Amino acid sequence: MQTPAPVDYVRATSVANAIALLTEHGEEARLLAGGHSLLPMMKLRLARPELLIDINDLDELRGIRVDGNELVVGAMTTHAEILDSGILSEHYAIFREAEKVIADPIVRNKGTMGGSMCQADPSEDLSAVGSALKGSVVIQGAGGTRTVPMREFHEGPYETKVADGEILIEARFPIRPGAGSAYEKVERRVGDWPVCSAGAFVVVAGGVISECGIGLTAVGAPHFCAEDAEAFLVGKAPTEENLEAAAQLAADACQPQADQRGPADYKQHLAKELTLRALRRAVAATQGA
Amino acid sequence: MTAVEEVPLSAAGNPIGFGSMKRVEDQRFVRGQGNYVDDVNLPGMLHSAILRSPFAHARIVSIDTSAAEALPGVVAVITGKILEGIPRPSLLGDNFAWMPTLSYDTQAVLATDKVRFQGQEVAFVIAENRYIAKDALELIDVEYEPLEPVMDAKRAMAPDAPVIRDDKGQTDNSITDVHGHKTWESGNAIGTAEAIAKAEADPNCVVVSEDIMYPRVHPAPMETCGSVAYLDKVTGQLTLYTTSQAPHAHRTVYAMVAGLPEQKIRVISPDIGGGFGNKVGVYPGYVLSIVGSIVTGKPVKWMEDRSENLMSTSFARDYHMSGKIAATKDGKIIAVDVDVLADHGAFNGVAQPTNFPAGFFHIFSGSYDYEFAHCKVTPVYTNKAPGGVAYACSFRITEAAYFIERMVDCLAQELDMDPAELRLKNLIKPEQFPYTSPTGWEYDSGQYEKTMRVAMEIAGYDELRREQAEKRARGEYMGIGISFFTEGVGAGPRKTMDILGLGMADGIELRVHPTGKAVLRISVQSQGQGHETTYAQIVAHELGIPPEDIDVVHGDTDQTPFGLGTYGSRSTPVSGAAAAVVSRKVKDRARIVAAAALECSPDDLEWELGRWYVKGDKERGKTIQEIALLSHSSLELPEGVEGQLDATAVYNPPNLTYPYGCYICVVDVDPGTGQVKVRRFIAVDDCGVRINPMIVEGQVHGGLADGIGMALMEVIAFDNDGNCLGGSFMDYLLPTAIECPDWELGETVTPSPHHPIGAKGVGESATVGSPAAVVNAVIDAISPFGVRHADMPLTPANVWRAIQGRPVRVDMAVE
Amino acid sequence: MEVTISINGTPVTRDIEPRMLLVHFVREEAGLRGTHWGCDTSNCGTCTLWVDDTPVKSCTMLAAQADGHAVTTVEGLEKGGELDPVQKGFIECHGLQCGFCTPGMLMTGRWLLDNNPKPSEEEIREAISGQICRCTGYKNIVKSIQWAAENPAAVDQVESEVNA
Repeated sequence: MQTPAPVDYVRATSVANAIALLTEHGEEARLLAGGHSLLPMMKLRLARPELLIDINDLDELRGIRVDGNELVVGAMTTHAEILDSGILSEHYAIFREAEKVIADPIVRNKGTMGGSMCQADPSEDLSAVGSALKGSVVIQGAGGTRTVPMREFHEGPYETKVADGEILIEARFPIRPGAGSAYEKVERRVGDWPVCSAGAFVVVAGGVISECGIGLTAVGAPHFCAEDAEAFLVGKAPTEENLEAAAQLAADACQPQADQRGPADYKQHLAKELTLRALRRAVAATQGA
Repeated sequence: MTAVEEVPLSAAGNPIGFGSMKRVEDQRFVRGQGNYVDDVNLPGMLHSAILRSPFAHARIVSIDTSAAEALPGVVAVITGKILEGIPRPSLLGDNFAWMPTLSYDTQAVLATDKVRFQGQEVAFVIAENRYIAKDALELIDVEYEPLEPVMDAKRAMAPDAPVIRDDKGQTDNSITDVHGHKTWESGNAIGTAEAIAKAEADPNCVVVSEDIMYPRVHPAPMETCGSVAYLDKVTGQLTLYTTSQAPHAHRTVYAMVAGLPEQKIRVISPDIGGGFGNKVGVYPGYVLSIVGSIVTGKPVKWMEDRSENLMSTSFARDYHMSGKIAATKDGKIIAVDVDVLADHGAFNGVAQPTNFPAGFFHIFSGSYDYEFAHCKVTPVYTNKAPGGVAYACSFRITEAAYFIERMVDCLAQELDMDPAELRLKNLIKPEQFPYTSPTGWEYDSGQYEKTMRVAMEIAGYDELRREQAEKRARGEYMGIGISFFTEGVGAGPRKTMDILGLGMADGIELRVHPTGKAVLRISVQSQGQGHETTYAQIVAHELGIPPEDIDVVHGDTDQTPFGLGTYGSRSTPVSGAAAAVVSRKVKDRARIVAAAALECSPDDLEWELGRWYVKGDKERGKTIQEIALLSHSSLELPEGVEGQLDATAVYNPPNLTYPYGCYICVVDVDPGTGQVKVRRFIAVDDCGVRINPMIVEGQVHGGLADGIGMALMEVIAFDNDGNCLGGSFMDYLLPTAIECPDWELGETVTPSPHHPIGAKGVGESATVGSPAAVVNAVIDAISPFGVRHADMPLTPANVWRAIQGRPVRVDMAVE
Repeated sequence: MEVTISINGTPVTRDIEPRMLLVHFVREEAGLRGTHWGCDTSNCGTCTLWVDDTPVKSCTMLAAQADGHAVTTVEGLEKGGELDPVQKGFIECHGLQCGFCTPGMLMTGRWLLDNNPKPSEEEIREAISGQICRCTGYKNIVKSIQWAAENPAAVDQVESEVNA
């Protein structure tokens, strides 16, 4: 089996301590959360930090709660905890639907939301969920905390707004009473990265869509979302015709790359097909609410 | 020899003979006390790592290992140059940098002049632990001069293609086999061509042509390959723990390759974590661990990573097949022809009998009765890993079975005939056995139609077709795929079948101790097939000794008789036969001993399970246990009869055995995404007499999962720059419990007439038969879109593109 | 650095490099070779063991992360000479062939039943979906875990464990 290059290891005792260590060691230090993004890269020797700062003792970064009109998910919350969360599923089915198709049950025990989001793989599913829900993340550094909308969080593949010396604290999602949500993913096999995933929420009021969010991953959607498609739907009845038109707009916004998961035209097609299916089920979920 | 006889149970509750019985091996495995090669630790043992080429084709300009050698903890670094300097005192010439393959080609142990596939071995580091060994790899500085790689078999044949094997003085990329041929043919070339031409001209006939690829896949057992080598300088003894399916064959190969005296070589295959043909060949890593031990004087362990396993060890398949099937319009097959371009990678390393350079591919005429068949196989070199015969292929029978079952379905579609009906019209009839196929195989026995009807019954075939029609009317797409396969296993008669000159007859040894307990030493090597349980059952069946009183020894060349190992499903047909034969020798000697003790003639005795008794006086007899003690006692034995109750045998099979089966797969396809869900899989196998039905079923289950994998997700593809795109389990996808349905099994039992217990073997049947069932089902589902064929793996993308009428090429990078 | 990991109830203290993977610590430092490894990308699951009662792929964790924590391996399933019901189930139902994926499957099976004593077939398949078997085709693994669900440890045996 492949093995990491030599590295030093320290356990952070608090968020402040983690930030101090990050500041002291600069870009040669990496935070170690669940380790299921970072350690595989280190074993392949694609990542070679000099110091790992283990933040698994930081219970203050765990947990899911309601805070006013927001859902708050601590950065160290595992995928398994998100999957099983009654608080999250009570408000949005999209969390459970997405987590069910992220990685596998054993990996979900360790992988964290913060770790996944900060790795910022262009095929990462929670990024699409967060973008769909128009969530935000809270980042803390030596100078204090700041909040960044998820739709501004990614700077490019594997690059986020988390700067050196900073740590992602939590993600926040607006609560929208009556909202319906859904997630659709096509993968070659369970546990694989998506060929394409699409997630959506809608709020229907007075027979029209009053608010919606569409998130996509693995197909080069800018900031993992489809704003033109969302704008098109606001104020319109959730008819099949309108949903399909929106799905087409979502696909138009994507720039998928061909790889062994599929050719670009197929991914483009999936962007539309899965957005449409997610929208249909999100709308159906509102009617049940 | 029927399966219906009442089999008595022993005191421990085991069948004294054939029947389902819990496995003795499980006791250690469920406790985590298996002993696999990576569990082996010898005092002073060193670890190693191999530096591998990032290029598929490049000249080596220079290698600087000085920084690696200077790393604390590194003991030695070996390169091809160093190996070249070690003369090899053996018949196979030259030096240690090259070694023979099982196909009479040569393969580099470490690259010297060029690298010829991505992942090829370039340098070998020996260090105190595996972490340091990996660190040292990064310090080796290799300067390469990249050359144009040849990543496509057709391209390899082009006159302007770069020559890969310039080391052999070749001027092109054709492969010449040991008989001096560049192609291999079987069947009736002229008759088949004429029959096809006639059919083409005949309005009452059709000829269907199709190009069918069986892409490159990999056996990928859960345990990778490895070895621990220790050459004791004082005794001259080489002990090699290794992941080998054929320990004795490996020992002989090492004796030839390393020039070491064979009686000083001990090869031990301990527990093997899956073989599937991946662990048949001798890999450079094993040789390097031996060289490492010679150089350092210490035990050296080499265990490969998964990426090394996928990128450099024996791949499977990679056959580009162009087929033609001619038939009457009412569905009688007349002739089948196939032209194969075989991609062998950079070295010809296929493992198969010498006289069969394309393995048993010529069983492609299949399970149908017709007169004319012909195949031509042309092997070529490409800049890919060597291998080809692996992954339960039964020596290329996977390719053959897939080919004919796809062609038959293409024919069914062309004729607008139900594929079950078409098969039933053409299946070989029971009265035709033994049946000589158009390419010369003598199928031993079969009740083909009966087996097929059992499968159709379990599936509820007619009901499924009704459901399909209803769903199609609603715009839903389900598919039903059939695969009827015949394979030939149990290589083989030594007159015609040898590997590297070693005839494929296997030895066996049975000892019955004074207290009536027995030890059976076998030449074959379990990698999970349960030999420790089933072989005891064979002896129990013959001698009436309870299975729990029989110990089965395998895997250690010092402890077991010579044989060619386990692959090609040959254990039951060859070594299982040997177990019956040697047991009967013991039984015959036991009769004489019993007669001596009972003071009668051996002709006066009759046998019931476990006992010789006097005819007409059943109370007077001797159990086998009593006879065992008597044979060791002072009892006077007749002139010429030896004491004790031991026997040996070498079984030379008279023919292969021919297990067969009918599989039916039901899928649901989502045309909007191309996703395939395997709803049901019905498998009815006929492997003759079943020694342990529980184990037989387990073998079938595993092979069926292979079919799901290959049909829907497994492929090793390459890009034009020579990069291997299937080098990890993130890219080379294996099926999980989610993709596999709950298998529905049935059986028929048609004994092999020439096998001592009528058994045929079953280890690879399901891998042979299942891919076609899945692919046929998917194509059946999407046939309303005008699709007649699409190559596997049928990933969602590939299914969707097939529906659009723009299929993708599966073995190259997606564009 | 020095780490102490309690493995199957016994503390194991070793001086190791921080980069040592947990699977290697268990196999080579603690000498417990029932936990295996089979890939480079956290896909195969042959390295599955429990850290603090939760299944984890030990090839994707540093031993340093487990310092001060409790690890349970396949060697810890048998108690007082009695095999765990999942171990018995795998023997009864032919849930293994080569045995290489088996320890990982046993650990996940045991964990599933501890949290969901009567799982459906779908739940069992889902639970083991992150682990690959190349031999069995999974049907008998599912049956083995179902057998264990239907044949849990005898009450008096459990009591004797509690009292031990």
